[in-house]
Amino acid sequence: MKELSIDAEIKNTRLATEFVDELLEEHNCNLKAQTQIDIAIDEIFSNIARYAYAPDTGTVRIVAEITENPKSVKITLIDSGVPYNPLEATEPDITLSAEEREIGGLGIYMVRKTMDNIIYEYKDGQNILSIVKNI
Amino acid sequence: MNISITQNGTETTVALEGRLDTSTAPELEAKLDTIPDDVMALNFDFGELRYVSSAGLRLLLASQKKMNSRGGKMVIRKPNEFIMEVFEATGFSDILTIENA
Repeated sequence: MKELSIDAEIKNTRLATEFVDELLEEHNCNLKAQTQIDIAIDEIFSNIARYAYAPDTGTVRIVAEITENPKSVKITLIDSGVPYNPLEATEPDITLSAEEREIGGLGIYMVRKTMDNIIYEYKDGQNILSIVKNI
Repeated sequence: MNISITQNGTETTVALEGRLDTSTAPELEAKLDTIPDDVMALNFDFGELRYVSSAGLRLLLASQKKMNSRGGKMVIRKPNEFIMEVFEATGFSDILTIENA
């Protein structure tokens, strides 16, 4: 299990993806799963950085662990910001034309489509969001 | 991410290398803003791009809208299979013009 605590700031998004990449590379994760996980971390971390503590800032704790049978990675992001369950976000209409399109909600929509499981819990004043992906 | 922009008359080609995500999208946005208003053909070369997150999709959508409004054409060239999956999952494959050659 690996853990990283960093400030919830947009500029730290790369640190979050690099932290996860390091673990995935140690475990010879296939490139497709790694790409999908990188995107998921980018979406989730940047969302926390933008909204969880605004206009102040706070900390995000990232816990990553590998489990066997089936081999999978579970990455949990924990913040103490405003309660927010991304699983309750309305799905974007992906059939609209370019002119009618809006980008809101697209990030979490991609995460939901590519991960094998997403678990959200609000506990002891913390948002606890886990993504699980078979690798 | 490396960004290289080639200008040829009213045609602009933007070649990207690396990751187009939350960390790199602002730099690309600033560069796209410098493209002259009379450009009628905007090409993105994704041959060396690893992936695109929603921060990148936002810029592609904005660029597509801009080109549509001036009657120009925008083409995404050589996206890899992971980027194609993102385009297909989000319906962007219906909005964008994609060339694999």
